[in-house]
Formats: sequence, structure tokens, C-alpha cells
Amino acid sequence: MADSTGGDAHDPSRRDFLYVAAAGLGVVGTAGFVWPLVDQMNPSQDVLALSSIEVDISSIEVGQSITVSWRGKPVFIRHRTEEEIAKAKAVAMTDLPDPESDQARAEKPEWLILVGVCTHLGCVPLGQAGEYNGWFCPCHGSHYDTSGRIRKGPAPTNLPVPAYVFLDDSNIKIG
Amino acid sequence: MSGHSSFQSNNAIINWIEYRLPIFGFINDSLVVYPTPKNLNYWWNMGSLAGVMLVLQIVTGIILAMHYTPHADLAFASTEHIMRDVNYGWMMRYMHANGGSMFFIVVYIHIFRGMYYGSYKAPRELLWWLGIIIFILMMATAFMGYVLPWGQMSFWGATVITNLFSAVPLVGEEIVAWLWGGFAVAQPTLNRFYSLHYLLPFVIFAVVFIHLWALHVHKSNNPLGIDIKGPQDTIPFHPYYTVKDLYGMGIFGIIFAWLLFFAPNLLGEPDNYIPANPLVTPTHIVPEWYFLPFYAILRAVPDKLFGVIAMFASLFILFALPWLDTSKVRSARFRPVYKMLFWAFFINCFVLGYIGGKPAEGIFIIVGRLSTVLYFLFFLVLPFIGWFERPRKLPESISTAVLESSGGGGSSDGAPDGAAAKAEDRG
Amino acid sequence: MYKFAKVLAFTAVAALFASPLFHSSKALASGGAEPLKEVSWNHSGPFGTFDRAALQRGLQVYREVCSGCHGLRFIAFRNLLEIGLKEAEAKAIAAEYTMMDGPNDEGEMYERPGKLFDYMPSPFDNEKAARASNNGAFPPDLSLMAKARFGGESYIYSLLLGYEEEAPEGVTLAEGMAYNRYFPGHQIAMGPPIDDEAVEYVDGTAPTKEQIAKDVSTFLMWAAEPALEQRKRMGVKVILFLIVLTIVLYGVKRKVWADLH
Repeated sequence: MADSTGGDAHDPSRRDFLYVAAAGLGVVGTAGFVWPLVDQMNPSQDVLALSSIEVDISSIEVGQSITVSWRGKPVFIRHRTEEEIAKAKAVAMTDLPDPESDQARAEKPEWLILVGVCTHLGCVPLGQAGEYNGWFCPCHGSHYDTSGRIRKGPAPTNLPVPAYVFLDDSNIKIG
Repeated sequence: MSGHSSFQSNNAIINWIEYRLPIFGFINDSLVVYPTPKNLNYWWNMGSLAGVMLVLQIVTGIILAMHYTPHADLAFASTEHIMRDVNYGWMMRYMHANGGSMFFIVVYIHIFRGMYYGSYKAPRELLWWLGIIIFILMMATAFMGYVLPWGQMSFWGATVITNLFSAVPLVGEEIVAWLWGGFAVAQPTLNRFYSLHYLLPFVIFAVVFIHLWALHVHKSNNPLGIDIKGPQDTIPFHPYYTVKDLYGMGIFGIIFAWLLFFAPNLLGEPDNYIPANPLVTPTHIVPEWYFLPFYAILRAVPDKLFGVIAMFASLFILFALPWLDTSKVRSARFRPVYKMLFWAFFINCFVLGYIGGKPAEGIFIIVGRLSTVLYFLFFLVLPFIGWFERPRKLPESISTAVLESSGGGGSSDGAPDGAAAKAEDRG
Repeated sequence: MYKFAKVLAFTAVAALFASPLFHSSKALASGGAEPLKEVSWNHSGPFGTFDRAALQRGLQVYREVCSGCHGLRFIAFRNLLEIGLKEAEAKAIAAEYTMMDGPNDEGEMYERPGKLFDYMPSPFDNEKAARASNNGAFPPDLSLMAKARFGGESYIYSLLLGYEEEAPEGVTLAEGMAYNRYFPGHQIAMGPPIDDEAVEYVDGTAPTKEQIAKDVSTFLMWAAEPALEQRKRMGVKVILFLIVLTIVLYGVKRKVWADLH
């Protein structure tokens, strides 16, 4: 707006001040108006309120895994076998595209809890599958090991571990 | 250069595009250099304001549609979800609901302005027609939108208005069942109203474009109602009217913001905060305020079919206005008799609105009938006024009138606005 | 400024003229009942905010008096944080209610204590059940009551204090009905719900019936319009901004049109 009328030489300071002020306020006002239009698409209060779940894990046998829904996404809870744990711990960091130790990913070694969304493009990987017998994403062929770490394929990072706490020996709270 | 447009640019990219798609020329011709009468007063702000309101309604409407569920069991709760849980949802919802009212205020002023200054007369008849079509589409859109929150007034408003069509002889009941998709207003009705409420604003948008197309052929009318005789009568739309429109929008925005933030339920009905109940009718059904005059005409006629006919006639008679008015002079400024008649008509519309909000009993029935007769009488006497009225002398041209009014202390009624008066030295 | 002000003044006069349209039905809806009691609400006016203490007392009144018959289905326990409850307090209140959840891994529904994300349970499973246990009357949900009646929270306040022990002469009350000066038609199925000392306030406020009525009306206004404070705060800012912007635009408009000289 400031230069819209252009080319006026007389009384430039007051004129320019007005135009700059109007344009500046216009920009501020527009930004202030647009923010609610954008923010309305963010998670609403009722959605945020449902952001944690509790799961009873006592019935999961060794070697089994279950999938629960958390924030609309699958969460894998795997009761790992000794062999799987050993395999996950034995990997050299240099073999990992996204180096992370197994200890850092599982608070209790027998329980592995992962957000089951492939870090490539969001598909749900299949369990007990793939070259590393961890997870395998059928969409674009990403292989994860028994710690949910990416080993081969297009996915850039490991399957994320959600925030969780053990409420007691048989209950965990995710989120 | 791009054909007939006067648009020129030094920018090679703009010229490349312009050669293939003359969009810059189009914008330049219709919003920048567009010649506009230099004497437009603030009543001419309403057109652009209405355009802004249409866009605002579409934007907020699309947002509400992201959170709303068009299902009889969920519509009311999803509306409350918007009001309580969605970020700024209450603001979007109140802006949309009150925006509808503000839109109608602006459009009503726009229509009355057109009537006062004779903007419907040749060669602007089709422009006027397109405006009425927009108005009717707006009413349909607003009506269906009001149904969506699925409160008591939504439900019973929908029931009453759709039942108007049952007055059609022979096939009335079939038409109503077709509108409802059932035997009463219910889930199918809500779902289709949602679909149409989403669609119609875009139809309005398209008609607005044609409205502007027609406008830009013979340009804006003006308070004097005389034609543009040459470049000395006009000024470019930008910056003069862009900045004037923006200033008007600021004032309008303050009023709108006051309503939105401090009295968002002033124009609403408390009953609509009660979920729809097909078994109980609210004691007093009132349509939204912008329908009240027409509602009064509907109720003024004791016969069902003729009441509906009268109501639709009160709307459709506007199409005939350009031919009912036989006067060669456009602006009421130079038509003493028409001016009085116009104000009588104007006040009568408010009386009708007042009656429409009152129960149909006692004195209200009598006044309602009288007002209804007066409404139609306006259109009936209009042709005769054109024949016997002696209009005041018209000015030579817009530019001379602007000169005279600022030099001679202004014309008697609502002189051309101060800004235009300042144009004198240039003329 | 003058010209547009004139246009505005004209429009304002027209709007004033039209304003009875908007209020006509309001006066009428009270059905010949007397004008509502005047109350000064802390939350009225452009700078109004809810009285937090009153809201919390109102919650207590709702829970101890109203909730036996009336639901509050749009209020979740998490919302109670907004009226100044601590998270632990809100969690404790939620846990007092039993929620149906499930199905569990065996495919069965099970009961569990309420959590913050749960909504206030309604006292009856459905309208028919409500009518069956209330002499045919249906106690409405109160979530939106303060917006669903003409007069809003003042109506609720007046209604709660508008009971007469005896119906005036010439009025015969139907079986099980009470006489209320403010209820449309005056015959109301709800008996006088509150009296002095109907609750014992945790915060030690003297529980007169006026105090109780005012607190619960405030609470219900909040329940109906929880965004009220945010709305008013934002409104003040937006309008101040628009006034400044409009003044500047007016200056620009004057400058631009002065170029016609």
C-alpha cells in the first residue's frame, strides 16, 4: 500500500508515515486474523485429553506381541525372548544407520514398546518379519531389527519409542 | 500489449504471462484504472463490503465444515465441540453466525441504495436482476445454514419453511416429502441441507462475478443518477475508492467485532441451544431477523396458498422494478414524489420486520395486513408517479455538479460526499 | 469522517428502530411472568471475568443439589481445571464417578473410575428413564441452560428464587407441580431445589439461598460459555486495534483524496 499511489513529492514525511503505518497495521492485522484460521486445525482440547492410555501387559506371553491404539496410531508391545534381546544387544553401533543402544530403547529389556509407524512414509510394519526378524514394512521394504531399529531400506530413523511408565509389574501407561 | 487493455508493464515475466493469460490487464482494468464516478458517497461502500463478507463466510464456513458432523445424532454435539474444544472454534462459529447477519445488513443497505438512486434503471436492469438472484440465493443459503446446528429453532424453522411448499396444489405433499427425503424433517434433510449449504455460496460467488461483469459495462451509477459523460467525470478506482472502501471496512469491522466478541448471541434465539426435538415445538417460532419482513407478509394472508404466493411475490416483484418505474430520472434526489414514496416503503419494511417478530394476534394482524398492502402498493403506484411527477432539473454533468455543490454550499439533500467535493479544483 | 459518520448514524438509527424485532420475542417468551430479578454478574460487561470462587461453589451446588436429576453432558472433568481446580482435585472428583468402558480383551464392558477426559455422567440413561422417575417430567441437561433461556443466567437465578409456597388464588396446580413466578405458565415440575443452607460451602461462605442461586447460576453460565473470558479479552484487543487501523486508514483516505486538488 505504501507505494501504491507513488510519485508524490510534496509533504513526503507525513504521507509516508501514514502509508507505512497503514501497511504495517494491515500486515499485523492480517497475521492476527490468519493465526486462528490455522490453529483451528491443530488437535482440539478433547483430542489432547485422550493423549495417554493404560495397558495391562500381564497376559502377553514371551515371544508374543500385541498392538494397541494410542493417539490413533498403533503401538507395538513386544514381550521379547532372551534370544531377541541378546541379538538386539549384540549389534555393533557402526552397523546402525540411526545408532541407538538397545538399553536406551527398552526400560525393561523384555518389554519393547514402539510406535508402529514406519519412519519412511507412515505405513504400519509387520511384526516378526524381515531380514532381522524384527519388523518389516511392506510398503517400501524397510527392515527393522528386534529393537525396532532401522537396518535396511528407505526409512531414515528407528521406530520411535513413546513415553511410557510402568505403573506396576503388569500395567504400563503410554503417553 | 494485450489487446484492448491499457495495461503495460516493464516486467518481462508479467508480460509473458499477460500475453497468454491477460489476467493482469483484467485486474488492472477492473480494480485499478477502472473509471469510477467521482461523486460516489459512502452508500457505495456496501458492494465491496458484501464481497468481503461473502469471502469471510466461505472461509469460516469451510473451517466449520472441518469440525462439524452432519448427522441428526451428532450435529448438535459437534457444534458444541466446535464451541468448546476446537482451537478458536467459538470464534469461527460466532463469526460465521453473526457474519451472516452482517452480510444481510450490508446487502439490504446495498439494495435500498440501489432503489433510492435508481440504480436498477436502464441500462442496468440485468445488473439489478443478478443482484436479486444473489439475494435469493443468500436467503436459501442462510436458511439451510441455520438448520445445521440442529437446535430447536433449526428443526422447527426447517419444518415451517419446507412446509410452505405443501401449499402447492395437487403435488404439494409430494414436493415436501421430496425436500425432506422422508416424512418429516430428519437425518436425510439435515444431510442434504449441509451439502447444499456448502454448494450455494460458490454459486453465489459465480453470480457475483457476472454481477460485476454487468456492472463494469456501464460502470457504477452515482448519487446524481446521470451518466458519465467523459473522463472529467471519473477518477480511477485505485487508489481513490480502494482506500475509501478500506476505511469503510475498518468502521464496519469495529461494529462486527463488537457484535462478535461482546454480543454474539444478540441476534440468535435461545431455543437453538436446545437440541432438536421432533415432538415439541417451541412456543414462539421466529425466523432469523433478515427473514422477518417476508415472514410477516406470509402470515398477513389468511389463506395458506395465497400467503405463500404473496411471500414469494414480494420477492419476485423486485425483478419487475426496472419496468414498473417509468421515470426517466434515476436518482431520488431529483424526484420529490418518489423520494417520499421511497422513505414510506423503507419504513414500511421495518414495520413488516417488527410484525414478523410478533405473534400473529390482535393489533399485529391488522398492522401486518396493512403493511403488506402498502408494500405491494409501492410497486403499483410507481408507474403512475413516473408519469405525473415533475423532476427537478438535472445537472449538466457529474463534474459540473461537483463543482457547483462545493462552490454553492451543497445541494439540499445529502450533498455529494466531502471527498468528492474536494475534487473541484481539478475539474 | 463526517460523511461516513452520518451514514453510520443513519444506520444506527435504523438499527435502533429495528432492535425491538430482536427483543420482541424475548419480552414475550416470559409469558406474562414478571421481569427477572436484577443481579450484578462479575462476568458481564466487556471486561467481565468469572468469579472463580463462585464457580467452584457453584460446582459444589451442582454436584450436591442439581446433579441428582440434571446432567451436564458437555462438561468434561478436565474442564474443571478452567474454574481453578487443581489437577489432583479434578482427578479426585472424576474418580468419584463410575464410567462404563470397554469392551476389554474378553469383549465385555467393564466399569472403571472416571478420568479427566470423561464427561459428567447424566443421572438417567435416557429421556424415558428420566421421565419415569420424575412424574413424567424431563429434567433438562444444564450444559447450555444459561444460553437456552431468555434472560440467561439471570433467568436461572430468578427461577431458583421464584417459588411460592402457595399458588395465588384462582390458580390450581396440577398434581406434583410447584408454583414459580418466573417459569412460563408458572407451573413447574421441579420442586423448590434450594433453600438456606441447602449446601455447606467448603470455603465457609454463608449459604443463603441467594448466595447458592447466584453461585450455581454463575457456574451454569460458565458451563454454557466456557470461552467467555477468552472471547472478551480478545474482543477488547481486536476492537482497539481496529480503531487505530481505521483512524490511520481515514488519514490515508484524506491524503489520497487530497491529491485530487
